[in-house]
Amino acid sequence: MSSQALPGTGRRRFVTAGFRVGTYLSLLLIMGPVVWLLAGIIARAVPHFSWSVLTHPTTGESGGLENAIIGTLLLMAGVLVLAGGIGILAGLHLAEYAKPRKSGKESGGILRTASDVLSGFPSIVLGYVGYVALVLGLHWNFSLLAAWIILSVMVIPYIAKSTETALRQVPTAYREGAEALGMPSGYALRKVTLKTAAPGIVTGLLLALAIAGGETAPLIYTAGAFADSPVSVSLTHHPVPYLTFLVYGFYTLPENASHYLAYDAALVLVVLVLVLLVAARLIVNRTQKHSEARRG
Amino acid sequence: MMAQVMRRARSARRITAGFRTVEGALWQGAARVAVLLPLAALLFAVTILAIKARPAIIVNGWGFLTRSKFDLGQSYATTVNHIHGVAVPVGASYGAGALIAGTLESSAIAVIIAVPISIGAAFALTERMPRWVSQPLGFFIELLAGVPSVLFGLWGILTLGPFLATHIYPTIANNMPNVPVLDFFRGAAGHGEGLLTTGLVLALMIVPIITATTRDLFSQVPPLPKEGGEALGMTDWEVARRVTLPWVRSGIIGATVLGLGRAIGETIAVAIVSGSLLASVAPNAYGTFGTLAAAIVTQLDSASTDGTGFAVSTLAELGLILAVISVGVNLAARLVIKRSTRLGAPVGRAT
Repeated sequence: MSSQALPGTGRRRFVTAGFRVGTYLSLLLIMGPVVWLLAGIIARAVPHFSWSVLTHPTTGESGGLENAIIGTLLLMAGVLVLAGGIGILAGLHLAEYAKPRKSGKESGGILRTASDVLSGFPSIVLGYVGYVALVLGLHWNFSLLAAWIILSVMVIPYIAKSTETALRQVPTAYREGAEALGMPSGYALRKVTLKTAAPGIVTGLLLALAIAGGETAPLIYTAGAFADSPVSVSLTHHPVPYLTFLVYGFYTLPENASHYLAYDAALVLVVLVLVLLVAARLIVNRTQKHSEARRG
Repeated sequence: MMAQVMRRARSARRITAGFRTVEGALWQGAARVAVLLPLAALLFAVTILAIKARPAIIVNGWGFLTRSKFDLGQSYATTVNHIHGVAVPVGASYGAGALIAGTLESSAIAVIIAVPISIGAAFALTERMPRWVSQPLGFFIELLAGVPSVLFGLWGILTLGPFLATHIYPTIANNMPNVPVLDFFRGAAGHGEGLLTTGLVLALMIVPIITATTRDLFSQVPPLPKEGGEALGMTDWEVARRVTLPWVRSGIIGATVLGLGRAIGETIAVAIVSGSLLASVAPNAYGTFGTLAAAIVTQLDSASTDGTGFAVSTLAELGLILAVISVGVNLAARLVIKRSTRLGAPVGRAT
């Protein structure tokens, strides 16, 4: 570049200053709404909040959140078992067993693509399929089992991905060491590889649980849309109450008591998600600290 | 670690020989079955959709994609028309034109707003701040990704929408020049629900995806080219524009398209904030409208009252269109990302 092609120094200084201000402004434009959103939800709920909301079930269009909280936890527990088991095993296959292709292609091929496509599949379409195939087709009606299956299908790709990433970060030396000591392959996998990858896997599970607990669209036509139904442990024929529907269904109802219940449900959801994400972050931080200490 | 591994190896020898030989095969077998399930679920979902949508596709024809109509017909019809062998209530007529347009418009607004802000924020987080500031801020943004979408909807309709409709939108609407494109922002400022509010809420929902990916990409750019640029007398902006951004360009495109996919498929927040219309597009940026996803969640209940099942079938067709759009967008994103990992560093090429 010759010197006369350079733009004027004043203009360059101006553009650079604008760029710097712009980056901070962008950060502010994200942080502002986040704080606004969380504060808004808390501010709506707190003035009318009483702890008895947590211990009383929803009756009609008011009451408490007890059944919805238990229902949400029940949904999450089922997802943890079903999607957790399948997702971790699927991730295990992608990381350990799928043969790498020649020409440096990623392993897994069509199975990995299917998992990726499923993770981008619109959740409401999965909900529709659950409604048509499980709720109506198999005559399960609105039920725990239908909701578990649809939610699990939603988050399995996510858990598989985080498990695969965690397994790939296990140093090869650990695997080779275990093999050199004559460990049987399955035993080495369980005691060395999976154990080392456990924090990453658990983090993925917690994030998947946060997603499952906060879903609304696929649940409306699988778990049902009845806020005041009692919690039932039967797998089929009983609708499940859950927190996100209380928010979606109650904020438009005519009575103030219903609005307050919707805001309370929103607050409980925020706390729930916060707990799960902070737990996930703590696990990540702790293991990072450990691995750094070990290296040092 | 070593002592532990040896102890484990010793106790392993004590395990019965039978289980020892079987365990590895068990893990592998279970993993092989599990990895097939996402593919099976995908095929199952698409098959169910296709079977359900078939009557609707036959009757609605290609015009379904451009027509804007949503009429269930006579719900207690004693007379049922048979079109191409499909039972359809008298007066039933459907077209997804407005819904497709609404889906694309709202997601486009979301992406146009979210991308520059996310890139700017990622720059601030990686290049400008010490770790102890940027890490908590980064976690804060990640937190946003975990907030349930129904809460975005609630906030959008109760807080953000009314605020914008009283304080911001009237000013924009009154001062926009009456020229093509910009005149879309003129006219009645509405009550807070509508296209622009939905776009803003969607933008906030996809910001975490794009910011997190962009931040990770920026931190992978090696420092030497950047320092080289600085040594040549480049300013921050010039280093960012000439070195950092070209280096990660395709990664950012991939993240953007992933965000676009999320915005297209988002349901409950859009159902709350859009106004959930079925057959009309927004007259201006503040008008109410509808999307494919929102239409499915709000209409399935009333569609079930159609005794012929044609309304439910039409919703399957909407679902199929939505799935095709979002899966297509997703695959495109992955193609871009995949290609970007094969390309070498773009620095040094003439631009």
